[in-house]
Amino acid sequence: MATARIDPTFVRLVSQRSGQVIAGCYACQKCTVGCPTAPNMDYAPDKVLKLVQLGWKEAVLRSSSIWLCATCDVCGKRCPNNINIAAVMDALKQMAVEGGYSGRERNIPAFHRSFLGSIQGWGRIHEATMLVLYKLRSRDLLADLDLGVKLIVKGKIPLLPRRIKGLRTVRKLFRL
Amino acid sequence: MRKIGVFVCHCGTNIAGVVNVPQVVEEAGKLPDVAYAVDYKYLCSEPGQKLIREAIAEKGLDGVVIAACSPRMHESTFRSATEEAGLNPYQCEIANIREQCSWVHQHEKDKATEKAALIIRSMVEKTKRNEPLEPIGIPLTKRALVIGAGIAGIQAALDIANGGYEVVLVERLPSIGGHMAQLAETFPTLDCSQCILTPKTVETGKHKKIKLLTYSEIEEVKGYVGNFDVKIRRKASYVDWSKCTGCGLCQEKCPQKVTSDFEGRLGTRKAIYTLSPQAVPNKPVLDRDNCRYFQTGKCQICAKLCPVGAVDYTQQDTIVEEKVGAIVVATGYDLFPKAKIGEYGYGEYADVIDGLQFERLLSASGPTAGEVRRPSDGKVPKEVVFVQCVGSRDPEKGMPYCSKICCMYTAKHAMLYKHKVPDGQAYVFYMDIRAGGKGYEEFVTRAMEEDHVLYLRGRVSRIFQDGDKLIVWGADTLSGKQVEIAADMVVLATAIVPSAGAKDLAQKLRISTDEFGFFNEAHPKLRPVESLTQGIYLVGAGQAPRDIPEAVAQASGAASKVQALFSGEKLVQEPTIAVVDAEVCAGCGICVGACPYEARILNPLRHIAQVNEALCQGCGACVVACPNKASQLRGLSSVQMMAMIDTLV
Amino acid sequence: MQFSYYPGCTLHSTGKEYGQSTTAVCTALGIELLELEDWNCCGASSAHSLNEELALTLPARNLAIAQAAGRDVAIPCAACFNRHRIVDYVLSHDAARRQEIEAVVGFQYTGRVRQRNLVDIFAHEVGAARLAAAVKRPLTGLKAVSYYGCLLVRPPEVTQFDDPEHPVLLDQLLVALGAEPQEWSFATECCGGSLTLNRAAVVKPLVANLIAMAQEAGAACIVTACPLCQVNLEARQGQANFPIFYFTELIGLALGLPEAKRWFAQHLVDPRPLLRRLAAV
Repeated sequence: MATARIDPTFVRLVSQRSGQVIAGCYACQKCTVGCPTAPNMDYAPDKVLKLVQLGWKEAVLRSSSIWLCATCDVCGKRCPNNINIAAVMDALKQMAVEGGYSGRERNIPAFHRSFLGSIQGWGRIHEATMLVLYKLRSRDLLADLDLGVKLIVKGKIPLLPRRIKGLRTVRKLFRL
Repeated sequence: MRKIGVFVCHCGTNIAGVVNVPQVVEEAGKLPDVAYAVDYKYLCSEPGQKLIREAIAEKGLDGVVIAACSPRMHESTFRSATEEAGLNPYQCEIANIREQCSWVHQHEKDKATEKAALIIRSMVEKTKRNEPLEPIGIPLTKRALVIGAGIAGIQAALDIANGGYEVVLVERLPSIGGHMAQLAETFPTLDCSQCILTPKTVETGKHKKIKLLTYSEIEEVKGYVGNFDVKIRRKASYVDWSKCTGCGLCQEKCPQKVTSDFEGRLGTRKAIYTLSPQAVPNKPVLDRDNCRYFQTGKCQICAKLCPVGAVDYTQQDTIVEEKVGAIVVATGYDLFPKAKIGEYGYGEYADVIDGLQFERLLSASGPTAGEVRRPSDGKVPKEVVFVQCVGSRDPEKGMPYCSKICCMYTAKHAMLYKHKVPDGQAYVFYMDIRAGGKGYEEFVTRAMEEDHVLYLRGRVSRIFQDGDKLIVWGADTLSGKQVEIAADMVVLATAIVPSAGAKDLAQKLRISTDEFGFFNEAHPKLRPVESLTQGIYLVGAGQAPRDIPEAVAQASGAASKVQALFSGEKLVQEPTIAVVDAEVCAGCGICVGACPYEARILNPLRHIAQVNEALCQGCGACVVACPNKASQLRGLSSVQMMAMIDTLV
Repeated sequence: MQFSYYPGCTLHSTGKEYGQSTTAVCTALGIELLELEDWNCCGASSAHSLNEELALTLPARNLAIAQAAGRDVAIPCAACFNRHRIVDYVLSHDAARRQEIEAVVGFQYTGRVRQRNLVDIFAHEVGAARLAAAVKRPLTGLKAVSYYGCLLVRPPEVTQFDDPEHPVLLDQLLVALGAEPQEWSFATECCGGSLTLNRAAVVKPLVANLIAMAQEAGAACIVTACPLCQVNLEARQGQANFPIFYFTELIGLALGLPEAKRWFAQHLVDPRPLLRRLAAV
């Protein structure tokens, strides 16, 4: 029998984390239809909420959906039940990383980690070092090589980083 | 020589766009007996009617033919205008040249014009032979009978009684309140049901103009609107209610416990019992079939203990006769038995219950004093599954209709369960959520958002027992998954069906029911509280599934119709009904059997047919049946019919 | 008039033209921009993806600095603007979290300093009339579409900027410059944002659609107010050769600023042929 068991506690966890009343979703799909990256997701945004409601944690936290959300907020703006689905996606991203779920989109969290790493290092983004680190992490060395060269030639990738004076205070914000 | 006026209406382009109106007017004007012929754009308008009135006065017309739309539209309009001009309204006839001419021959204008002229000529021929007629007055008993004392019946009775008329309120259970008395709290306010009901039941019990007959059923109904003769069987309660003080000692001491229907068969009552502590009237009845004395000859404790000696084992059923002018049918609903649903266990599983049973569990006065406990072992269930649409929206089970109230009461049940068992989990399987009333949608949303009831969109395919759990196999179509829940208790929202015995009552009253047994209203949109039988009104769930606010509104609506009926001195009947030519009638009696309204008898003394003018609807079946042409319709005699046919053919 | 200035990380790198044109145009119009002392990166989309608290404390530190400076803050980058407005919203609506953030960052929120985006400042502080009066070389014949993107207009209760479904302020500025903004329905449709580096395949069709819709609307270019949108629209448009401007560049051009040439030279898709065609007419 291909039936699945339900875990009704998960929705409460995610609701608390995201600050959204996920139980209010009645699956109208207005969010999905306005979402620019939904066609690329394994579970459309409304399905993500449904999986959360049913408590299918594994499926959700391993999905590509949560990482492909561009936080454009069309979903939150249009939801008739005032649910900001992008905020739910953020909460799920964080829970996925905390839970050690290696999902289908390894590059994206790797990119975010590199970005934050750059802030931790300099207080502001230094593209050159950030991109190199990201490329190493993602092992995606060749992609956009030509774009990178073009940007460097146009002087849009400063070579030397600059530390801000208050770097220590910024680093303290990374307490965890 | 008659002086008939012919008025031809253009009806905008409805008639004039097809029929050559000027030509038709000219031809009509040349007919013998026609003194005046004219046309007008919209005869039904104020200026149009004025035209007719003035023509009658100025030209001294003694008959009027209006060539226009169907008489169903404006016959009464034009007859009123005629009457205002001082001419007997039954001298006004309608020639239908729209629905029966211009509208159906739009592409054959010449032929349509010819036909219109013919129709007018035939109506002139009829009108020539019309006689002035007066409406018939029928005497009227200004008392009402209300059958069924649930919330709808109670409301109707109170409204009619407060309007100043006496009401006989008949209820087959020992006390009033119906299903509403079984409920714990009502949506969407979560008012305690007894708290909002008892003011009404108490008022009903005390009302000087309400004759309350409980533990009674309708035995026979004869008569017609304004004049019903009703026989009511008062079942033997074996307690003299005139002596009984309602002290409750008999009930307390009775040794015999009986499974209680009022408690949804989840609790017991005694053989001598009242339905609830707040029963109106607060008088017990003795259930003979379960009484030790009646079954074995032993006991008699109630008789021995009663301080006023009210117990009387010799009591018999009695028949009470009442005369009333109007009847309100408020017999309500039952739930479709879960014993008929195989895939959910044929009612065999103790912990699979229906909505009314769950209400009793939630009720403070119920079998578990308001605690939600499993009927099987008394444990508090932690996983409860509610299943909507059980039998409803199910042509396979014979009920394709929606039972209307289940979405709301299921949300209520789930919420109340969560309030009583906060660490429990409630699941609802639904098809759609129908929450159209005021505050209803917000109520259901509250169940989802505040009480964390998990709503799963899909039906339940099977429920079966596994150890002490009930396995529920259902669907969640929104995720596309089949789900399995191991439940401690399942509550089925079973379909609303008409109350047992409704069909028999319908036959006694000679009103019709639909294929499901709900009483038929006269018109679903415009006449929702009347049956097709004059003088009989329908309220509450006996007519269709409905919730309490609708039942109350409908009851008040019916009450106002009853009061309108009672407002005149007499009832008025159209005179265009059957009449017997006494000279010609041979007393054969064929017409009596032919009449579908039972409106004819053979007068025993004179041996000729006699028409009951209140019941006759003027259908003409007797005219066809009579071999002697002794039966005629006033205003449409055989002579008139032949004259019209001669014109047309 | 004076504003504190928060340029954000990209205005010195991939959004260089935006930074240069912003400062030049503000100077020309008498708006003094005073860069915030020692500002830090706002966290953009990476912070809120991985760390909810960090996503709020990083911009909060900038807010604290701005508060100390005592002036409203001009923020050219749409993402930075959005993040700072979100923090402001949380601090002003959620007392419990305000206390947490104040404790971590070490300041007391007063709510007296407003974060404003550049379009808002030009539309409301300069105004279309004053802008039009300052125009020396009207951009006659320049058919463009205004592309606002997501973060300027959503969530509307946070950004409080223009109409979130049918914004008009950028179009009004273009009219003041003598240009011809075209009507189109994709002004607030997402370009794919930060997915451009790690999932370019998702971004490319979104960009292709935006450019196709701009062309269908009769435009010869797209005008934007977000440095990530501008890079995406240029870098991911394949062979379309469709110019993408920052609105401040067009203001500079219309004001007759000579340095405008240098900005255009830095674009990935060269807009100068289009501009030459217009000048010739």
